[in-house]
Amino acid sequence: MLVNDMTLKIGGEAGQGVESTGRGFAQALVRGGLYIFGLQDYHSRIRGGHNSYQIRVADHDIYSHDERVHLLLALTKVAIDEHLQEIVPGGGVIYDPALSVDEADLAAQSVKAFPVPLTKIAVDQGSKLMANTAAIGAAAGLTGYDMGVINSVIRDNFGKKGQEIVEANLRVAAAAHGFVKEKYAASFPFKLKKIEAPLRMLISGNQSLALGALLAGCRFVAGYPMTPGSPILEWFAVHSKEYGVVTKHSEDELAAINMVIGAAQMGVRAMTPTSGGGFSLMVEGLGLAGILEVPIVVVNVQRPGPATGLATRHEQGDLLFMLHAAQGEFLRIVLAPGTIEQCFEAGYRAFNLAEKYQSPAIILSDAFLAHSPRALDMDALDLDVPIDRGALLSDEELDGLTERYRRYAVTESGISPRALPGHPNAVYALGSDEHDEYGQICEDVAVRTQQNEKRMRKVEAARSEMKPPQQYGPPDAELTFLTWGSALGPVRMAADILSDQGQSANIVQIMDIWPLPVDKVTSALQGAKKLICVEQNYTGQLATLVRAYTGIEVDGLIRKYDGRPMSPEYILAHLKGVV
Amino acid sequence: MVDAKDFASDVRPTWCAGCGNFGIWNALKKALAQTGLAPHDVMLVSGVGCGSKLPDYTTANGVMTLHGRTLAVATGARLANHGLKVICTHGDGDGYGEGGNHFVSAVRRNIGIVDIVQNNRVYGLTKGQYSPTSPHGFVPRTSPQGAIEEAFNPLAVALAAGGTFISRGWSGDLEHLTWLITEALGHRGYALVDVLQPCVTFNRKYSYDWLRPRVYKMQDQVGYDSSDKAAAFAKALEWGERIPIGIIYRTESRPAYEEMVPALEAGPLVKQPLRAKTLPEYEVLKQEYL
Repeated sequence: MLVNDMTLKIGGEAGQGVESTGRGFAQALVRGGLYIFGLQDYHSRIRGGHNSYQIRVADHDIYSHDERVHLLLALTKVAIDEHLQEIVPGGGVIYDPALSVDEADLAAQSVKAFPVPLTKIAVDQGSKLMANTAAIGAAAGLTGYDMGVINSVIRDNFGKKGQEIVEANLRVAAAAHGFVKEKYAASFPFKLKKIEAPLRMLISGNQSLALGALLAGCRFVAGYPMTPGSPILEWFAVHSKEYGVVTKHSEDELAAINMVIGAAQMGVRAMTPTSGGGFSLMVEGLGLAGILEVPIVVVNVQRPGPATGLATRHEQGDLLFMLHAAQGEFLRIVLAPGTIEQCFEAGYRAFNLAEKYQSPAIILSDAFLAHSPRALDMDALDLDVPIDRGALLSDEELDGLTERYRRYAVTESGISPRALPGHPNAVYALGSDEHDEYGQICEDVAVRTQQNEKRMRKVEAARSEMKPPQQYGPPDAELTFLTWGSALGPVRMAADILSDQGQSANIVQIMDIWPLPVDKVTSALQGAKKLICVEQNYTGQLATLVRAYTGIEVDGLIRKYDGRPMSPEYILAHLKGVV
Repeated sequence: MVDAKDFASDVRPTWCAGCGNFGIWNALKKALAQTGLAPHDVMLVSGVGCGSKLPDYTTANGVMTLHGRTLAVATGARLANHGLKVICTHGDGDGYGEGGNHFVSAVRRNIGIVDIVQNNRVYGLTKGQYSPTSPHGFVPRTSPQGAIEEAFNPLAVALAAGGTFISRGWSGDLEHLTWLITEALGHRGYALVDVLQPCVTFNRKYSYDWLRPRVYKMQDQVGYDSSDKAAAFAKALEWGERIPIGIIYRTESRPAYEEMVPALEAGPLVKQPLRAKTLPEYEVLKQEYL
C-alpha cells in the first residue's frame, strides 16, 4: 500500500465537466492537507474532443506533474483508449459500465477495472447531471479518502444552486463512495489520507500574477480575450468593482495597449494581458511606450505559434521576440516567472521596474504556468508588496517649479523626473516623434543623439538592478540544468529523481531575462561541470541568449515543441542523448 | 481670465500657407478660452499626420501617439483621469482609416471625448494619396486610374453606431467652428466634430472656393430637430451641391461611459490611492483559493 503518492486523472469530452470535477477533487485534497499539482489538457473547442485534468498528489510540495497515472476516472471510452498506457501496473480505471469497456484490455496492462454505475447512482439519488459527483465519490471510496472534506467542497461548489441541489449531490457522492468502498477498495493499493496541516491555497499562475499586480496598485487593465491570457482579464473584471480597477475589454489588442499607455501617462498603474498573437498586434505600442517613456506592463502568456498555432497548449517560443519586438532601440524589461510564487512576484515587480525606468515591462508567462494550479501555503504570497513609483514629482515639488518643466530632462541615469498631467506648472506634450527635453518634436542631430543616449542609458541602469538567476541544488553538482519559465517545475522534479538515484544535479533558472544581468548570469554558470539547457522551443532561445551575452555555450540542449508541457521523465529520457 | 493666446506655444506650425488646419487650431484655442478651461485642464491627444501636429503648437497637456491610435490612447487617458477635458485632433486617415475600429468603438461606448477630425479627404503628410473620405474616382498618387472605393461617411457611420453628438464643421468659418467646438465641449459623452478642411497642396478639388458656396448651417434650418435620428440620417447622407454643417444629431439622454464605471465613482482614478482598500481587505482574496 502506498499512501499519498499518486496521480489521479480525469478524462472526458469538453462540456462533460472534466475541469470542474478535477478542480473539485484537487480542492478536496488540498483541504485535507495534501500537496497537489494540477495539469489541464484541452482542445480549442466548446463541445466534444478529449480533455483531461491530471492531479499529482504528495505529502510534500511538488513542482510538476509526471507521466505515471495511478487512477483514471474515465468519463468516456476515449479516455481509456488515450490514457491506458500511462497507468502503472496495479493502477485502475473507474468508468461507467455503459461505456462497454473490454476488461481484458485493461488486464493485459495489469490495470484493474472498476466499473461503477455512475449515471444510475446519479439518477437514483439526484439527477443525471450529477454523474461527475458520483465519480468523485467513487474515487474517494477507492482511495479511502476522507468524505468529510469531499462533502465540504460539494457544499461550497453547489451552495449557490440551493440546499436541495447540495443535498442531492451529497447523496450521490455518498452512494458512489459506499458502492466502491465495499466492492473494490481492498483491491486498490494507492491510498489518500487526510493529514493535519495549515490551510493552503490551490492557485494557478494567472491568478497569482493578477493578485500581485492588484497589490502593486494596478488600477487599469485593458485586454482582448486570447487564450491563455484571458483569465487575467476576467479575474480583474470580477474584482474590478470591489477593488476599484477599471477593466476594459477593448475592441482589439491595438486598443488595449494604447489605452494602457493613455492611462499610464495620466499616472495610473496599468496593464494589458495577452498571448503571443495579441502581443504581435501590440508591438508598435510597445515602441510608443518606449519613446514616450511611459511605464506600462504587458503580460504575454505564451502558447505555441506561429499565428494561431495551438490555441490551448503550451510553448516557450516567444523569448527572443520579447527582446526584439518593435522597430528601433529602447529599453523593455522582461521578467519570466517559473513558479506560481514568481508569477505573484513578477506581478508587482513589473510595475515598480516600469515606473522606475519609465519603460514598458513585459511579464513572460506561459500556458503551463498559467493554467496549472498548485497547493501553496497561505504565507507564500506576502501581500504587503513593496511599491516604488520612481522619480515621480509630487504636487508640492511641482508647486515650487520656477522654470519650464522638461519632461525629458537629460540626466546621468537617463531617468527624467516625471510630472503627471494636470498641474499648472507642468503643462507639456509628448510625441512619438523624436523630441527635445520639453517633449517638442525635433529632428536636430544633437538632440536626437542626446535623447537616444539618454533613453539607452536606462538599459544599463536597469541591468544593474536585475536579480541574479535563482539556483537550486548542491553547488558542486556534476550536472547543471539551465532553464526558464515553467520548464523549471519538471526540471526540479528531474533533479530530485537524479539525486535519489545517487547522481547530483543543480539548476540555474533565469527569471530576470532582460536586460540580462550578464555578470550575475556568468558567475552562476561559471562553475558548471556539464551544462544542459532545458526549454520548450525548437531553437533553444535561452541558450542562444546566454551564449550571445556571456560567451558560455551549453553542453547540451533538451527541447520540446509538441505543444505539451515538459515532464521529468522526458528530461531524464533525453538527458541520455545529450550528455 | 484665460485667453485664446494662452493656448499658443512658441513653436510655429509647419502647415502650408492657407492650410485648413490653421482655422481648426484657431477655433479650438478660442473655444477652450470661451469655455473657461486653462491649459492644464486639457489633454490633447493626436495621432500622426499634418493635423496631428496640433498639440506641438499648442500650450496644453498632450500626447502625439501612433497613426490611428489616437482614440485608444485618449480613452485610456479619459478613464484614468476624467478630471481633464480630453480632446482628440487627428486627420481622416488616422481617425477613419487606420483607426476605424477605434472610431466605431469610441462612438458605441460614448466615452467623454471631443473628437475633432481634420477631414481634408487626402493624405497630406505622406504627400498626396487617397484617404478613406476621398470620393470614388479620386486621382492621387496611389490610384492613378481613380480610387475604386466609395467614400467613408463618418456622420452616417457614427449615427448607425449609436453616436450621441454628431456634427460637421468647416475650417473656413472660424466663428461657426468655434461655436461648434464649445457645444461639443459641453457634451457629456463622445462628440464627433468632423471638420471639412482644404488641403491646399494635395487636394485642389476641395478648395475654399469649392466648399464655401456649398456649406449651409443647420441652426438656420427652421424646424430641424437634431434629436430626430431619421432626419439626422437624411442630413448625414446629403452631399454635393449642398453640404450641411453644424449639429446633425444630439442627445444628452445617454450617460458617458465613465459615468457607468463603478471604479470611477470615487473620483478620477489617478486621484485615488494606489490601493483602494487596506491590506487586510486584500487578504480575503486568498480565501477564494481554499
